[in-house]
Amino acid sequence: MSANINKHETFTQAEYMVMKNDLLRPIEKIGKAGKLWIAFLVAVFMAGVVAYIIQETKSKYVTTSLRDYTMWGIYISNFLFMVAIGLVGVLMSAILKLTNFEWYRPLSRIAEVIAIGAIMFGGISIVVAMGRPDRLINLLLYGRIQSPIIWDVIGITTDLTACIILLFIPLIPSLVTCKNHLENLPKWQLKMYNMLSFGWQGTPEQWAILKKTMKTLTALVIPLGVIICTITAWLFATTLRAEWDSTNFGAYFVSNAFLLSVAVMTLATFIFRKAYKLEKYLTEMHFDKLGQAMVLMALIHGYFNVNEYLIPAYKMSGLHENTLLNLFVGKEAGFYWSVVFFGIIIPFLLPLFPKMRKPIPLTIISLAVLIAGWFRLYLIVIPGLLHPYLPIQDVPKSWTHYFPSAVEMTVVAATFAGLLLVVTLFSRFFPIISVWEVAEGELEGKEEIFNYK
Amino acid sequence: MENENNNSSRRNFLKLGALGGIALAGTAIASAVTDETPKATGKKVKVLTADGKLVEIDSSLVDHHAANDDFSKAELRQGVAGKKFIRVIDLGKCANERKCITGCQKAHNVLAPIEYIKVKKMQNSPLESPYWFPTMCYHCDNPPCTKVCPVDATFKRSDGIVAMDYERCIGCKFCMAACPYSARTFNFGRPEQVKYSEEHKNDTSDPNHCTTPYAQEGTVAKCDFCTDRSEQGLLPACVIECPNGAIYHGDELEDVVTNGEDTVRLKKLLQDRAGYRQFEELGTKPRVYYLPPVKRDFPFEDATEVQNTKE
Repeated sequence: MSANINKHETFTQAEYMVMKNDLLRPIEKIGKAGKLWIAFLVAVFMAGVVAYIIQETKSKYVTTSLRDYTMWGIYISNFLFMVAIGLVGVLMSAILKLTNFEWYRPLSRIAEVIAIGAIMFGGISIVVAMGRPDRLINLLLYGRIQSPIIWDVIGITTDLTACIILLFIPLIPSLVTCKNHLENLPKWQLKMYNMLSFGWQGTPEQWAILKKTMKTLTALVIPLGVIICTITAWLFATTLRAEWDSTNFGAYFVSNAFLLSVAVMTLATFIFRKAYKLEKYLTEMHFDKLGQAMVLMALIHGYFNVNEYLIPAYKMSGLHENTLLNLFVGKEAGFYWSVVFFGIIIPFLLPLFPKMRKPIPLTIISLAVLIAGWFRLYLIVIPGLLHPYLPIQDVPKSWTHYFPSAVEMTVVAATFAGLLLVVTLFSRFFPIISVWEVAEGELEGKEEIFNYK
Repeated sequence: MENENNNSSRRNFLKLGALGGIALAGTAIASAVTDETPKATGKKVKVLTADGKLVEIDSSLVDHHAANDDFSKAELRQGVAGKKFIRVIDLGKCANERKCITGCQKAHNVLAPIEYIKVKKMQNSPLESPYWFPTMCYHCDNPPCTKVCPVDATFKRSDGIVAMDYERCIGCKFCMAACPYSARTFNFGRPEQVKYSEEHKNDTSDPNHCTTPYAQEGTVAKCDFCTDRSEQGLLPACVIECPNGAIYHGDELEDVVTNGEDTVRLKKLLQDRAGYRQFEELGTKPRVYYLPPVKRDFPFEDATEVQNTKE
C-alpha cells in the first residue's frame, strides 16, 4: 500500500515536468486556427439561438415543417443522436477502466467531456421541440411517474450530474498542476484553478478518497448511461405505433449508441491528436483498438438490426406492412439501405483489415458511421410517424411528407456547434488528457500506453 | 329441505337489503331536504316531485347537476356523475358530406385544415367495396395518450371522456405519438387560426357553440364529444349537423344512443348490426362503435374524396 502511495508522490514533480509542455500547451497558447474555429462555432451557435427565437416568436406552422402527423421532427431524432453519443463516457472511461483495459487512460477525459456536452444538448433538443417551453415547470408541479418523459427527465439529470462529478473529481490533481506550472495566463484563470482545486495537496489520504470516489462513480455511470439510452428507446416502444412497437428497442438503441460512441471517439481522438500534437499520447494503438471495438459493436448492432427489421419483415403482419415495405422497397428504401450499408456493414467489414485501423482510414469510416447513425435515428422517428395505422387522407400536401425547414436545420446545427464548443472550450482551459492518470499508468509499468507498435 | 332453507335465507337477505335500501334512501332524502347549510343561489331550477308535480326551487337545494351551473376546474377533471358517454357510427349512412366536420370546426373555433373528425376512404380488401369512415377521438377506456402524458394534461374522466387541460399542456406531443388513431391535432400557431380564435373567443351566439376552451398555441387539441353540450342535454355538434343521421351519441349506463331523430337501445343496436370497434387488437377499448357498411343508404362516390387540402 505504502509503495503505491509513494508512486503517486514521486511522479508529481519529475513526470509532470516532462508532460507539461505536451499536455498543458493547448491551454497556454491558442493559435490562429484555434481562434477561428471557436469564432466559427460561436457564430453557428448564435445563428441557432436566433433561429430558435424566430421559431418561438413567429408561428411554428410557418417556421418549422412540423405538422399534425410529423409532430416530432429532426429535433427529436437529434435528441436521440445526442443521447446515443452521450454513452461514449460510459464506454470509454467506465467500461474500459473497470475491465482493466489500460488504454482508456488518455481517452477517458475526452470521452467524459463529449458525454456531458451531448447529454446537455440532448436535453436542450427536447425543450426546443416542445410547444410550450414556458411551461417546463409543469414537469415539476404535475409530473407523473408513469410517463416515460418523466423517466427521461430523471435519468438525464441524474446521468448528467454523475458525469459532471466523474469529470471533475479526477480533474482536481490536474488543476493543481495547472496552477503550479502555468504562468502566462490571466490572473482570473489561475485563481479559478486555485478555487476549483479545493485545497488539494496530494496527501495519501486525499489520493485514497479520490480513488475510492472515482471507482464508485465509474461503476455508477454504467447503469445510468445504459438507462438513459434505454429510456429514450422506451419513449417510442411504449407507444402502439407499428414501427416502434418492439420489445427489442432498448437493446437496439444501446447497441447503436455503443457503435456511435466508438465512432465519435475515433473522430475526437484524431482531431485532438492533430490539433494539439498529442501523437505521443494518442497513439496508433488507440486507433487500432477503437477499430477492433468498432467491428464488435457493428456486429452487435447488426444483430439487433436483423431482430428489429428483418424478423417483422418475414411475417409482414398487417400492422407492420405499411411502414416496413416503405423502408425496404418504398420511398425510403434508398435512404434505409445506405444507412445499413454505411452505418453497419462498412464499420463491421473494413476495420477487420489492420490497414483500415490506421488513423486516417478509421476516421473516415467513423465519419460515415456517424452520419449514417444520425440518419438511422431520423429513419426511426419520421417514417414511423408518417405511416400511421389509419391512412393519411384529405390533408394539405405539407402534412404528408416532411423535410426540415431552415429554422429547424439551423437549430440542429447549433446543437452540434454547442457540443463542439463545450469540448473545445474545455480543452482550452483544462488539460484534455488526464496528466496524472497517464503518468500513473506509465509508472505502474503499463508501457503499452506509450510504446505500442 | 336444504333448498328451502337456502331460499328462505335468500328471501330474508333480499328483504333486509330492500329495507336497508329504503332506509338509506330515506336518510338521503332527509339530509337533502333538511340540510341547514345550503345558501340560496337565487338561481331557480325546475324539478319533478315524486307525485308528478313540477315545482321551481332554488338550485342550492338539489344535488349538483351538470345543467345547473358552471364547473370549477376540479369538477371539469372529474366528469359528469352518473354518465358514460358513448357513440355509435353507422357506416351505411355516411355519404362523406363533411357536415359533421364543418359543424365541429365551427363549434370549437377551429379552422380548416384542422379537423377533429376526419372522414377516410377505407377498403378492407381489394375484393370488397370501399366505404366512408368517420374517425375522431375514441375516448378509449385504456387510453394510450393519458398514460404517456408527463403532466396529466390529458386525462380520463369518470364519464368516459378523455379530456384535455389546455392550461397545463406543455406541448411535448407525446400523446399524439402514442395515439394509434391519429386523433389528436396540434395548434402550431397558424396565423389565421390564432387570429380567428382571438376573434371568436366569446362567441356563443351560435347555438351549436361549445363553451369548452379550445387549444391554445403550442398545445394539443382534439375531439371532446362536445361534453359541455351533452352535459346540458344537448347533442354534440357533429350529431346535429350530420344530415344522414350516421352518428349516434348517448349514455352507456342508460343503454341508449340517439342521432337526434331515432333513439335506440345501444346493446340491441350493436348486437343486431354486428357493431365493432376500430383496432380491437390494440387493446385500447375505444368508446366509439361502428356498424358495418352494409345495406347502404348511398352509393359510394369517389368524387367527394379530396376536400381538405388547402393550407
